[in-house]
Amino acid sequence: MGMNWLLWSVLLVFLVFGSVPVGSDAGSDPDPDLHPDPPRDPHTPQHTPPHTPRRTFPVLTVQFQTVRKPFESALWILLASLLKLGFHIIPRFSSVVPESCVLIMVGLLVGALIKLLGETLPVLDTQLFFLVLLPPIILDAGYFLPIRPFGENLGTILVFAVVGTLWNSFFMGVVLYGVCLLEGSSQLAGVDLLACLLFSSIASAVDPVAVLAVFEEIHIHELLHILVFGESLLNDAVTVVLYHLFEEFAMMGEVTLVDVFLGVLCFFVVALGGVLVGAVYGLLAAITSRFTSHTRVIEPLFVFLYSYMAYLSAEVFHLSGIMALIACGVVMRPYVEANISHKSYTTIKYFLKMWSSLSETLIFIFLGVSTVAGPHTWNWTFVSATIVLCLLSRVLGVAGLTFFINKFRMVKLTGKDQFIVAYGGLRGAIAFSLAFLLSAEHFPMKNLFLTAIITVVFFTVFVQGMTIRPLVDLLAVKKKKETKFTINEEIHTQFLEHVLVGIEGVCGHYGHRHWKDKLGRLNASYLRRWLIVGERSQEPQLISFYNRLELEQALLVAESGTAGRLTPALPSSASLLAEKQKSVMNVSKEREQRIRKILRANLQKTSQRLRSYSRHALFLEEEEEDDWNEMKLQKQRLEMGRRMSHYLTVPANWQESPPLRRAKTESGNQVKESRPSAAVSVPIVSVESVPPSAPADSGMSPDKTADSPPQTVGGALKSLAGSGRGKGRKPSVTFALDVDEQKLPRCLSDPGPNKIDEEDEEHREWEV
Amino acid sequence: MGSTSSTLSKIPNADELIQETGFTSAHLARLFERFEALDKDKKGYLSPQDFEAIKELALNPICDRIIGAFFSSGQEMLDFSSFVRILAHFRPIDNNRTKEPNSPDPINSRINKLKFAFQLYDQDKDGKISRNELLQVLRAMLEKQVTEEQLESIADRTIQEADLDRDDAISFEEFRKSLEKVNIDHKMSIRFLR
Repeated sequence: MGMNWLLWSVLLVFLVFGSVPVGSDAGSDPDPDLHPDPPRDPHTPQHTPPHTPRRTFPVLTVQFQTVRKPFESALWILLASLLKLGFHIIPRFSSVVPESCVLIMVGLLVGALIKLLGETLPVLDTQLFFLVLLPPIILDAGYFLPIRPFGENLGTILVFAVVGTLWNSFFMGVVLYGVCLLEGSSQLAGVDLLACLLFSSIASAVDPVAVLAVFEEIHIHELLHILVFGESLLNDAVTVVLYHLFEEFAMMGEVTLVDVFLGVLCFFVVALGGVLVGAVYGLLAAITSRFTSHTRVIEPLFVFLYSYMAYLSAEVFHLSGIMALIACGVVMRPYVEANISHKSYTTIKYFLKMWSSLSETLIFIFLGVSTVAGPHTWNWTFVSATIVLCLLSRVLGVAGLTFFINKFRMVKLTGKDQFIVAYGGLRGAIAFSLAFLLSAEHFPMKNLFLTAIITVVFFTVFVQGMTIRPLVDLLAVKKKKETKFTINEEIHTQFLEHVLVGIEGVCGHYGHRHWKDKLGRLNASYLRRWLIVGERSQEPQLISFYNRLELEQALLVAESGTAGRLTPALPSSASLLAEKQKSVMNVSKEREQRIRKILRANLQKTSQRLRSYSRHALFLEEEEEDDWNEMKLQKQRLEMGRRMSHYLTVPANWQESPPLRRAKTESGNQVKESRPSAAVSVPIVSVESVPPSAPADSGMSPDKTADSPPQTVGGALKSLAGSGRGKGRKPSVTFALDVDEQKLPRCLSDPGPNKIDEEDEEHREWEV
Repeated sequence: MGSTSSTLSKIPNADELIQETGFTSAHLARLFERFEALDKDKKGYLSPQDFEAIKELALNPICDRIIGAFFSSGQEMLDFSSFVRILAHFRPIDNNRTKEPNSPDPINSRINKLKFAFQLYDQDKDGKISRNELLQVLRAMLEKQVTEEQLESIADRTIQEADLDRDDAISFEEFRKSLEKVNIDHKMSIRFLR
């Protein structure tokens, strides 16, 4: 405990002193270098006196100016990340206080310290916020948006986002204006209706950053999460329109009916335009990803760039950048993921998570610092009225809308759900930045607004953020289920969809299922064909699902396998054999035959693996990816057999053989490495793909059939190796096994590259 | 309202149907109109050809199974009451229905919906979904886009997942169990028929 506090204090000290150069950056003189001073006045004649004293060669110089800006930025980021680290080290703290609260508090502390030191504070630059800090968070959210629940609840989400935000803004604006009038003090005198409306439109938008930060830690069930989160994303369009609308109106001074009508039109333009821009960029990204098979390394870059361009393009036209970003991510994801390699997918995932996490941290810290910095005008009435009204309007809005929406929903929202939705309407940095953007001449009460908004943000993040978790537990709200995807559910769900579409056809009723079905058909017949490269374009969703399941299981096995217990190979092999032999008998003859056929076909495909490293390819894996499906399916069959591959024990001396070729780790391949020195662990035996054109092999030696499967497999391999090799892939013969059965025996592994000739010997060695 | 009552009068034992299926009279009238619209030759009953004439159904991969569900006992004529009884399965579940102790479950209860779905799989009515039947369903749904081997692996895995008593087929209990996390009300109800 003492260590933790020490760590925290050290971090704080660093932050303060790191920010001192940042603070003093604004307008201060450049530090004098240690170089001999050049003449300051540029107009003096440039004659260096011939008799300048010789100076010694400077071995070590300090020149901070040239790296000042990047250095300071990097330092801030580093310190923010260290803080995040520190936050998670303290065990109990992180479960009580949501991260966002801590970060704001740290920001406050740092701001206070900087102020004490007399430096100028770094303020949250709105440009920085909107153009750099916000997009990663939104892209992360949009790219990984769970489409099915989002689509199913889209109506509800839209109603909450649009109607709810409108209600909030108008209700709060009007009542606040009334309060200002009633209050009658001089401070509030200048606040007219339009200013109030503008203020309330800023303050009523639920903030995706804050929602994400808090909801991620409480793990409520999917429906509520997607409702609040979806609302926070989609209400950006409304906020943008209202903000610009009221800003314009306030500056123009008067509002006519035409203006109102134009405002409504503007809303549709902003929302739909944003989505359109995003969709266009998403399709472009999908098309680009079709052609990246030769340059896998830069695939993630396309995803990020296209999304960012979508955001920026939308911002150019004052369309909703957030909706553009979401639309881009949603549209591009299914196609891009089908086209890119597995590594790129992982890269994208981790980069997005990293950037969004970093952005979030920085945003909250800066919020705290800006609070200390900003000029404040505190007015008790205004601020308290704002907070009360925020809560009130939210509660009323949610209750009223839910009553209306429940008439149209199949799964109704209960009172508990409504409470969480209302309580989860957190405000955050977007509101603050929008308030910051207000021009001070048109809005003399800008500071008042800023103060009020900061208070609201603090209130929602601290009070609501901290108490939502105990409330969720208290109310026993359903938590997120452990979703283990089962193929049964998937198949039956799809089947039922078809049934229902059919029954709807019988009834003559064309509900949303009908249109969804049509859209799916359109997608399958056109979009997928154009945007997905190769075989995967024909792949129905069920197959992708199935493959994904298989892959997950294989990875699970692989990971647990390589971390498995090490037991000596030889002594236990006998006992293992004995043990397994009992269960061996269950393998039917036909399964054996099938297995043999596979192995035969696989091992005939051997070729040189070119281990090239180039900037453009990590592995040569193009040909393999097509065969991945087949490979996995056969592996599945072997798994079903479930008894056979265990017996492939590798004799000890085999461990000197070349290390197992690292299995291809491209799209969906198993990630396996077997350490040559490893003792027995779960064998990862994966059969490499069998291209359909595998030549039929010569028959198996009949005497092998009598052996128990392990040796049969070994024998099979032996005969395979002998029966000649065509070109084709290097087989890595690995069978993934079920974890829980704790298979100990060794795996066969293919020899490394360039060792084709020695395969024979190695195969022979496998006879146990 | 007038048209409803006049339509209703054309329906034999309308009250009984309303009682049994839970449809309102307005719905029943609407369904009757649909029945008559489908019955192009004005026979008074529906035949499989009438169903096949429905465009949307023809595009459906499992249309023959759906049609088969209506004409369950091999008969060629479907009268209105059977039509309505089958459609009643797809009514959303009434949560505020009082549970009378001795009455049977309504047609649209969760368990009956599942039984209906099960029958769609189990064509030979032996109470189990065999591997073959599963393969047929998969083949129909995946519409020749996949190889036989892939189908077989999927079928294998499906049975492996659901089959608890290891008889290589899925019984109704196992079927029900594998779908216990799925919101059947949502997946098997048509709001139109509420």
